[in-house]
Amino acid sequence: MSTLTTLARAEAVVEGVAQRITTVRHVHLAERPLVFIPLTMAGEANAPLAAMVGDDPDDATLLIVPQPRNRDQRFAFAAELANILVCYIDSFRSDIEEVRTNKGKDVRHRYADAPQLLVPNPGGVGFTRLFGRSTRFRRTDGDYPVDPSVPLLGRWLTYFFERAEHPGSSALVAMTQALSMHWATGQSPLEDAQLAAFLAWIAPPPGMTGAEAAAAAEDPVTWPPAGPATDPTFDNEVLAPAMAAYDRAVATDSQVARRRDELEDILRSQLEPTWRQMWQAISLLQDLPAGAHVPKRWAEDRDAFTNFTAYLDEGGFPQPRRDGAVVAARKLHRMERALTSYDVQRAYDDPMVMADYRLTGEAFVGEVTAAHPTRIDDSGKRRALRPWIAVTTGDPVLVTPGTTLFSPEQPNGQKARVMSVAQRDDGTTGVVLELTGGMGRSLTPAPGTVPEVGKRICYTTLSDSFMPPGAFPSREETPWTHGGPPAPYEDSAPTAEDAREEWS
Amino acid sequence: MTNVGQRLAAIRGGGAASRHNARTIAALTTNPGCARRAVLDCAGVDKQRLAAYVDYPARFGQSRFAITRGNAFEAQVKANGCAELLRLLRERLDLEIPEVSYDDLESVAGRESQDLRYARSRALLTRAAAQAEGAGTLFDHPLLRLEVAGQQAYLEPDLIAFQHDGQFHVVEIKSFAVIDGQADSGKVASAAIQAAVYVLAMRELLGEAGFDPEIVSHDVVLVCPRDFSNQPMAVRIDVRKQLAVLRRQLSRMTRIDALLADLPATLSFDFAPDDNGVPTRSPAALVAALEAVEARYSPECLASCELAYFCRHEARGCTAALGKSARDEMGGIERVETALAIARNQLAPADDQQEAAELLRAAARLRAELMSGVAG
Repeated sequence: MSTLTTLARAEAVVEGVAQRITTVRHVHLAERPLVFIPLTMAGEANAPLAAMVGDDPDDATLLIVPQPRNRDQRFAFAAELANILVCYIDSFRSDIEEVRTNKGKDVRHRYADAPQLLVPNPGGVGFTRLFGRSTRFRRTDGDYPVDPSVPLLGRWLTYFFERAEHPGSSALVAMTQALSMHWATGQSPLEDAQLAAFLAWIAPPPGMTGAEAAAAAEDPVTWPPAGPATDPTFDNEVLAPAMAAYDRAVATDSQVARRRDELEDILRSQLEPTWRQMWQAISLLQDLPAGAHVPKRWAEDRDAFTNFTAYLDEGGFPQPRRDGAVVAARKLHRMERALTSYDVQRAYDDPMVMADYRLTGEAFVGEVTAAHPTRIDDSGKRRALRPWIAVTTGDPVLVTPGTTLFSPEQPNGQKARVMSVAQRDDGTTGVVLELTGGMGRSLTPAPGTVPEVGKRICYTTLSDSFMPPGAFPSREETPWTHGGPPAPYEDSAPTAEDAREEWS
Repeated sequence: MTNVGQRLAAIRGGGAASRHNARTIAALTTNPGCARRAVLDCAGVDKQRLAAYVDYPARFGQSRFAITRGNAFEAQVKANGCAELLRLLRERLDLEIPEVSYDDLESVAGRESQDLRYARSRALLTRAAAQAEGAGTLFDHPLLRLEVAGQQAYLEPDLIAFQHDGQFHVVEIKSFAVIDGQADSGKVASAAIQAAVYVLAMRELLGEAGFDPEIVSHDVVLVCPRDFSNQPMAVRIDVRKQLAVLRRQLSRMTRIDALLADLPATLSFDFAPDDNGVPTRSPAALVAALEAVEARYSPECLASCELAYFCRHEARGCTAALGKSARDEMGGIERVETALAIARNQLAPADDQQEAAELLRAAARLRAELMSGVAG
């Protein structure tokens, strides 16, 4: 947490309502996201109990597993969920756009939009991962065959989970995390993990402070937990007797449908409050304008979606249990690069995020007090346009002469070199900068390319410039220090063993 | 009874002392700086009932489903004289246990007192230790004892395995799954510290009987279901770090007299009912008693301490209630209002707050500058 966010938390305590910590929204919100709220049975390894899912606030589909210990019922649940998810995904496969690459010489295609899964909290992301793991290796033939949609569901869920690990992706978003990027509440981050309490701070009911509303939202009777874990008291007092009644009905083969309906009602009552909160959270986020880089990052999600669809169409294997050394290293490298550019992009898009860097001396905002836009440097072999500007700022300046800075407001984050830094007695700092590019090819700058006197401008050491990808050996050349070349990929394809893998 | 013992008994009052178990002892290692918790735990006050009585009930509970599953898994692992477990210990962990006898130390008649059971466990375990060349043995549900703040707490580990080369291993059976070699780190951490409690108790027992305590291995064996199945798998966990933490914490608790010295002599959390079943003291009196002992609330308490909701309410407006990192960011300033007033230049900071104040002021200036452009 940065000092600014902490200060916003302090303000939230005093004001009694959550405080904004960004000026724009940094996550993409699809026009038609799929809200997915899974519940699991306590004590079991990610055994689904129920889920509420749908892309329309007025049309939620409830899926339940009346007896989560029953293997067939679990796979029936997986098949139903697959049906909904795959239908939703397929609805994005009609619109294709052309993307010009290689300076416009080549054309590639990608889907114009992509699916987006929204879950209430990081636990929902964890459920997605584990449910993907428990379904993607299933076989549709041999012993214990499952519906063909089940392993497909597993691959898609795994895809969504892997995207969720990728910084800046909005393919699978945990709602509490999306909210905490944009609002600071007057409670701790630990308590922010509860969706109901978080929303209570953002929009407390009339006449209540955020703290009072959040305390009320912690009552599991009126606001059941957003899952995947259920409230233990609900388990003991409501769910267990209803489940036992269902089991008895199955054993005696009487009134099975009625007992199942009763379970459905019970589980719907646990899920519906969270369902409403999810859509409330979506509309709160939608009210924020999107940051300038959000469409660019969503385009990367669309690329990933397009690539994964093609991979599946070619009959690709399910994602392995564990990545090999080279694949893992590449993935980590990609994620590190994505994280760096995600941080920079948010700062460029949002002065409130940039403020964190101003506080630590990695950026400053000031006024241009003097400019020499036509200055020519003729010390070298060729005369070059090197305008100087002087900027006065009240921010702490920690950069030293020679440092290259970038300006988010100027086209392409125009570069500038620090020539001198002078602390003044009134607490301000004067910085002289030399502009080194982005002014056109002639010896007079193109209009608007040199900041004019009186302009407020930000300079930072952060840059989203191209980072060359790292060099990695091929799979076959995995060094012995990393276990040597892994077994051929086919070996990690599902085997009869996987199909038999017990799912207690 | 010692002076401290009498004092603690008076603080507890008429209610029966709540007994410690491995979970509550393990919980002592979180937030060791909380005096309120130390006093209540040492005195054996039933915090759960106390919290409910002052109207801030704890919100933990265990789902019946989880308990059923845990018991079923333990029964499965121990079925047929621990056949499954032995295979795991031999194959996976290279524990050489060629021939094995199995001793179930759970109460035979069901009515044995804990002292009796403890004596029997002690006799069997020390005999095994004496016969280093004897065959391996699995002791099921032995009863161990650990002194916690002057009180004897009885502990019941799932299993203790004895290897023929003279090493004891604590075996902990847990029903959370290990999927593709990974388990929930929070659950593993709490299993490790609980196992460390057993190791410590076991070492005390053997140490008292004149054996080298180190014959109880610091490697404990954790048995969990593998992937999504019921198939057990075993891993070794080194609990040396947890042992050190526990020892330090338990020795701190023996210094409870220093804490008690600063408290009012009349302090009592007695809310035992009178003959008509009506508690003898009002909730307000108990709240006053609680307020007499300083707490150190942090949001992490919500997951481990029964009184957390009371303390959270009390800590409203404190920077600590926003989390440790928020408290640190605000330079340890205690009240949120104070921090804001300093940040907004309405209050001069104390000498030791200068550095934090400078950062807070810079942050407040930036926020004021930027918030003008943001509505709501």
